[in-house]
Amino acid sequence: MTQTTLTDFRAAPPAGSTRRDRRRALYWSYFFLVVFVVFFLTPPIYMLITSLKTSQEISAASSPWWVFDPTLRNYTELLTSSVFLTFMRNSAVISLAVVIVTMLISIPAAFALSRMRFWGSATLATGVFLTYLIPDTLLFIPLYKIFAWLNEVTGIEFLNQWWLMIIIYPTLTVPFCTWIMIGYFASIPKELDEAALIDGAGYFQTLTRIFIPVALPGIIAATIFAFTVAWAQFLYPMAFTTSTDQLVLPVGIVTTLIKGDVFNWGQIMTGALLGAAPPLIIYAFLMDYYIAGLTAGATKG
Amino acid sequence: MLEGGRGGAGLRRMLRRKSAIAFLMSLPLILVIALLVLYPAVYAFYLAMLNKSMERFVGLANFSFLFKRETFWMVVKQSIIFAVTAVFFKALIGFLVAHFVHNVPAKGQRKWRGMLLIPWVIPPAMSTLAWLWLFDPSYSAFNWLLQRAGAEAVPWLGDPYWARFAVILVNVWFGAPFFMIMYLAALKSVPEQLYEAAAIDGANWFQKMWYITLPMMRNIIAITVLFSLIVTFANFDIVRVLTAGGPIDQTHVFATWAFKIGIESNDIPLGACVSLFMVPLLAIAAVFILRDVNRRGVEG
Repeated sequence: MTQTTLTDFRAAPPAGSTRRDRRRALYWSYFFLVVFVVFFLTPPIYMLITSLKTSQEISAASSPWWVFDPTLRNYTELLTSSVFLTFMRNSAVISLAVVIVTMLISIPAAFALSRMRFWGSATLATGVFLTYLIPDTLLFIPLYKIFAWLNEVTGIEFLNQWWLMIIIYPTLTVPFCTWIMIGYFASIPKELDEAALIDGAGYFQTLTRIFIPVALPGIIAATIFAFTVAWAQFLYPMAFTTSTDQLVLPVGIVTTLIKGDVFNWGQIMTGALLGAAPPLIIYAFLMDYYIAGLTAGATKG
Repeated sequence: MLEGGRGGAGLRRMLRRKSAIAFLMSLPLILVIALLVLYPAVYAFYLAMLNKSMERFVGLANFSFLFKRETFWMVVKQSIIFAVTAVFFKALIGFLVAHFVHNVPAKGQRKWRGMLLIPWVIPPAMSTLAWLWLFDPSYSAFNWLLQRAGAEAVPWLGDPYWARFAVILVNVWFGAPFFMIMYLAALKSVPEQLYEAAAIDGANWFQKMWYITLPMMRNIIAITVLFSLIVTFANFDIVRVLTAGGPIDQTHVFATWAFKIGIESNDIPLGACVSLFMVPLLAIAAVFILRDVNRRGVEG
């Protein structure tokens, strides 16, 4: 009896101090979180600040961190400029087409690799993951040469065509999307598709009626991944397209808005913000799917 | 007996049909990987052994030419410094910020996490433009703050050392949120009982970190660092937009230098040759991953 009261008594002060420690740790956590949020959000916020300024205010000596005379002129100018709208259209068409192509390739392949074994399927699944590691910076020079050669052979102009990106971007999206879809499909209980097969469903029906609906969160995550990768891709369009009407948004903003020594920073920042908007909007509304896609790749790898 | 034999043949035929269908379903994937990834990767080796006009096979002459150039060794050094430093700080900041998010009450975590991942969501070419403007030689907003505080203006992108610092800083800014998300997910999977048991045993903060958190997160740390090393080593967007390799080629990494030589100066074989120097790191990564896959196969 005395024994327990003694230990209770002795245990009490450390418990109190851990509570105080915990509160102190909490305050420090908030402090550092604020510091890092400021660090992480300074560039996008500065983009927004500059995009609302006139050229006069940008070159004036007033504080760069505040807008004294806000204007939407940069936005109206860009959104009515046919060049900028062409960049936007190219980027939008390419990204949507790449999402569709990626899904049409990845979903059946992931189904086959996770459920229907065939000769070499295990090797292929590992190979898919390894190809995901081959960077675009290793492939752009040989691809450039290959498409120049294809032009000589077939007479079709491949280089300097925006639609070439629809052919090339799947190399960036398909391996990763297939990989995470294999993970999602593998987590579906086997009894489910066995029951469907017994009921007389074919493979196609099993895929469309069972796998796609059940793995829909995974498909949404893969779709978001494919879209954001296609939208942000910079190296391939930079290397393969040069005419103003063939450029995608990131390349168009970097190459055409920066003309010689005359930097119209108000417009550049507006363009950059508009270029960042689609992924940011998707992220704002579908954050959980976005993060699920990010973490699925690593935890299942 | 007869029944069984026929049933076996039917089953075999069905299995053969099944694998044929499976092969057809994976065929587009195989074609994309074979024609647009593997073939170009192998072709790069062949290209790297041609002369500039690509008419003559010159063996390893391009490589020996590179080895004699001072710029090449500068690019090797800068690529390694860039990748190692950036990955180290990305992992460190990601690890710390993940702990800070993990420490705050659960209902506020979503909001913090949402704000902290934003650098990763913005296309890097676009966010680097904002950094380029923040580092502008005459209107730098950072220098404005520094001068207000009584300090000297910093030549962010004009001085080789500051420019190297700047490209690493932007890369850390872009990549740290990814590490944060990964480590946060890993932290949440560490059983709370382990910490409770350690607390009862009187373990302090450092001991909990060293004996519980780090061992539990070893795998995820290894994977993220390995992946990030590959991606950072092969980085193009940030260096290209921020400095385009300058001042005087001091911030070039393999990718931007290969682009400058192969596309801008139109020396495709030499450009291919430069980009091939990213392969050794890839090979090492592949070995580690294959070993991991095999080990998992044995255990599973």
